[in-house]
Amino acid sequence: MSPTITWATAKRVLTQLSHDHRTVAMLVLVPSLLMVLLRFVFDEDEIFDRIALPLLGVFPLIIMFLVTSVAMLRERTSGTLERLLTTPLHKLDLLLGYGIAFALAAALQAGVATATAYLLLGMNTQGAWGWVVGVAVSNAVLGMALGLFVSAFARSEFQAVQFMPLIVLPQLLTCGLLIARDQMAGWLGAISNALPMSYAVEALQEIGEQAEVTGTLVRDLTVVLGATVIALALGALTLRRRSG
Amino acid sequence: MEAAVEVADLVVSRGGKEVLHGLSATVSQSSVTGLLGPSGGGKTTLMRCLVGVQIVTGGSVRVLGEPAGSVALRKRVGYVTQSPSVYADLTVRENARYFSSVLGAGDTTADQVIVDVGLKEQSSQLVSTLSGGQRARASLACALLGEPELLILDEPTVGLDPVLREELWEMFAALAAAGTTIVVSSHVMDEAGRCDRILLLREGNLVADDTPDALRRAAGTEDLDQMFLTLIRQRAEVA
Repeated sequence: MSPTITWATAKRVLTQLSHDHRTVAMLVLVPSLLMVLLRFVFDEDEIFDRIALPLLGVFPLIIMFLVTSVAMLRERTSGTLERLLTTPLHKLDLLLGYGIAFALAAALQAGVATATAYLLLGMNTQGAWGWVVGVAVSNAVLGMALGLFVSAFARSEFQAVQFMPLIVLPQLLTCGLLIARDQMAGWLGAISNALPMSYAVEALQEIGEQAEVTGTLVRDLTVVLGATVIALALGALTLRRRSG
Repeated sequence: MEAAVEVADLVVSRGGKEVLHGLSATVSQSSVTGLLGPSGGGKTTLMRCLVGVQIVTGGSVRVLGEPAGSVALRKRVGYVTQSPSVYADLTVRENARYFSSVLGAGDTTADQVIVDVGLKEQSSQLVSTLSGGQRARASLACALLGEPELLILDEPTVGLDPVLREELWEMFAALAAAGTTIVVSSHVMDEAGRCDRILLLREGNLVADDTPDALRRAAGTEDLDQMFLTLIRQRAEVA
């Protein structure tokens, strides 16, 4: 692999995004608008803090999953992927290029959403806001990696978007946002333990409750990053130079 | 002179069905070889084998002296897929510059190939806003980057008006004269006359492999459409 090609790919993906003004506007603004809506739905500070914080991590995962799975499906079906695989580009150049581009987009998105939550909506956390942005960005990269992987199993954009409820909703239901994880039935808890979003939400809850960087936070972030690496490795397996 | 492409006993299955049945052919350097025949005859599959993206069941494919698809070939072979292999949501220049970075060719080369395919005026236009013919040429521009020794072009003239087709064929001839080997597929039979050599594929078999003139003589007709019908019928009677 080559840093030049990786960076050129990241730049290319960002340029594609930048031409699509509506997508950029939605990427940057939708999570913040949802935060505002949430603030009015939960009209109590304490409940808002408890719900809004984990959602700051959930939104980037969902959005980047959708954007990447469709973008990658387009590469697969339009001929550009086949063309790229006949060039010196290494699979990792492509995966990391996408990773860097969407991590930067996610940083912007998470930055705006976090600023909205803290400054406009009065969200309170014990830990520092920088950690919130950090977890949000790692979640976005995880969403991207999962999106890259599942794009291999979709034949059309119709199918690609339907992987979102399949991959994301079970995680959302069991991540501890709706019901605390220790109150779940044993088998549900086991599922929850196996899914990466549970750790992302727990990490954000730790930042909400603890001023210090705790061992749990570090462990949770490690799990999220580990899941990202696994998803990227699975994604790499689906990028075959030769196909049938 | 060594052949640019050597295919021997190539067998390929796609979707559980054998689509190339032990095909053998060679392509000599600095020539334009036309891959012709009805749609579904195996043209795209053969091209995919030449660039090394097709899983091969049997036989061998050697390109520029190396096994097809080997790492050393990735800068030496240019490829245009049937659907334009450029990004619709990038401008012509952004596309060329991206593929140029991937191929290590540099920005100046990227701007040059845009001029070469006659898209200078459209270089800051998004590919999605181009006409079909312009899009095909944008795709071709990206394949020309880094001066590949072998160009594999899958139906590059489909949907183009006669003037543009003429221009592209002149360009292919010029490239071949400068030393590039070109393998180009088409199902428009009258384009066959522009090739140095024709490989006629039908249902995964090589029906003919000769110069256009020799094929015309063999079929006893000047009309290329008629020539192919005759050749295919002759072949069917033998089989």
